[in-house]
Amino acid sequence: MNGECVLEMKNVVKQYGDNLVLDGVSFKLFRGETKIIIGASGSGKSTILKLIMGLDRPDEGEILVEGQEIARLRESDLVAVRSKIGMVFQESALFDSLTVRENVAYQLYEDGIDDDKIEPKVRETLGFVGLEDAIDKMPSELSGGMKRRVALARALIGRPDIMLYDEPTAGLDPITSRKINELIIALRDIQGVTGVFVTHRLRDAFTLATEYATNGGSATTFHREGPLLCIANTRFLLLRDGKIIFEGPDELLRRSDDPYIKRFLA
Amino acid sequence: MPLTPKAAIKEVQDISSLAARTFISAFKRPLYLKDILIQMDLIGVGSLAVIVLTGFFTGAVLTLQTSKTLSTFGAIGFTGQLVAVSLVRELGPVLASLMVAGRVGSGIASELGSMLVTEQINAMRALGTDPIKKLVVPRVLATTTMLPILTVVADAVGVMGGLFIAVFVLHISSNLYLNSAWDALDYMDVVGGLLKPLVFGATVSLVGCYCGLRTHGGTQGVGRSTTQAVVASSILILVFNLILTRIILAYSQ
Repeated sequence: MNGECVLEMKNVVKQYGDNLVLDGVSFKLFRGETKIIIGASGSGKSTILKLIMGLDRPDEGEILVEGQEIARLRESDLVAVRSKIGMVFQESALFDSLTVRENVAYQLYEDGIDDDKIEPKVRETLGFVGLEDAIDKMPSELSGGMKRRVALARALIGRPDIMLYDEPTAGLDPITSRKINELIIALRDIQGVTGVFVTHRLRDAFTLATEYATNGGSATTFHREGPLLCIANTRFLLLRDGKIIFEGPDELLRRSDDPYIKRFLA
Repeated sequence: MPLTPKAAIKEVQDISSLAARTFISAFKRPLYLKDILIQMDLIGVGSLAVIVLTGFFTGAVLTLQTSKTLSTFGAIGFTGQLVAVSLVRELGPVLASLMVAGRVGSGIASELGSMLVTEQINAMRALGTDPIKKLVVPRVLATTTMLPILTVVADAVGVMGGLFIAVFVLHISSNLYLNSAWDALDYMDVVGGLLKPLVFGATVSLVGCYCGLRTHGGTQGVGRSTTQAVVASSILILVFNLILTRIILAYSQ
């Protein structure tokens, strides 16, 4: 894999009590690439995202974000690292006492940006996720899919270099999941956002790995890769019991002879 | 899970660490002034009705009970004195704090607990905000400043509740009751009566925040944290009241 490495995990070990969640996990993420982490529930997928964001600390190993080791940084020093990363949480994690506008603008308010500069940015970002009309609504008035899209807008407003998606389609119907996947594909292919996508839904994972977006003037269109065409800049990581048992493109994953992988994909 | 000595020491260590971090954060920028004012309104103005009712009925009952005993010694004229001293020194601060522990401590624990289990606190950290500064400091500052004010209200309304009973039930002259109440209070009573809610306010809010921020186990865990916050802060109020009373009495002699 060529390109600039923006994120690297080296032999990361994480244990909660007696439960060894990550056991020597190592991988690299290159600029513009989307890494799809799949695995059974409890295999440590979400833990990887929390460690990258500095929300938790590894027991052993190193995590480098744009070359900077973050595993031992103090909470106050992590703020600068976190500003490079956006995260969409599993259940959206919207602030339920704030409106959609305030949720999306949260980071800008915290950075002390003037209100008159915030409004157009919020509208532009909500426009990208197709929710400009919901700007004055409270999270309790939104559907599950709308909440995920607001969470995506909130994570995007700071223009992060890396996006982390923690099961962004979990619990959503196929049509809404499709909308979320299209937004993520558009971010990857049109805006060049690097990402880590955690899911246990194989359908969503393969959608991301086999479809790509093009921007023809005003409209974004989505295309499926042909059998001999590999355009989507996406690679899979398969976790089992805290270890990476597969890393590579979707074509190799499908052709794997490993009995566990075959069973997992069945 | 049983509370072993080791676990108890760990709890004390953790809450002390939270208290220290809160104290340090209160002097660091950014200061979330809007959040502090919102919390002052929620905690102070929001608790006013409960405090007024508690104060009034406590003063009224106290007057009824003490007047009966005092009348056997022909000292019914001292009713106001006894009611005022009891309210300002003990009942006002303790009852107001216990009511705030039930209303505000539980609210803080359940709010922060819900935010924790729905990952809102992680989202806040991910967006570059320190939850101690944003959530804990405003709640602790608001409770610590509003509880002494609420105690003054409880004391005043309590004396008025006593006055109501004294005049309309016991037929004691209002002048006699109020003069006796006013004359009985000295400087240290007022200082002690305001120092106690200051300490209790910090205790209620810190315990509420601590219980909320260590919530685990989903919505069931939120319920557990809320109960623990009320029980722990109520017990701590009574323990600290004993310690503070001993100190205040030592200084007032």
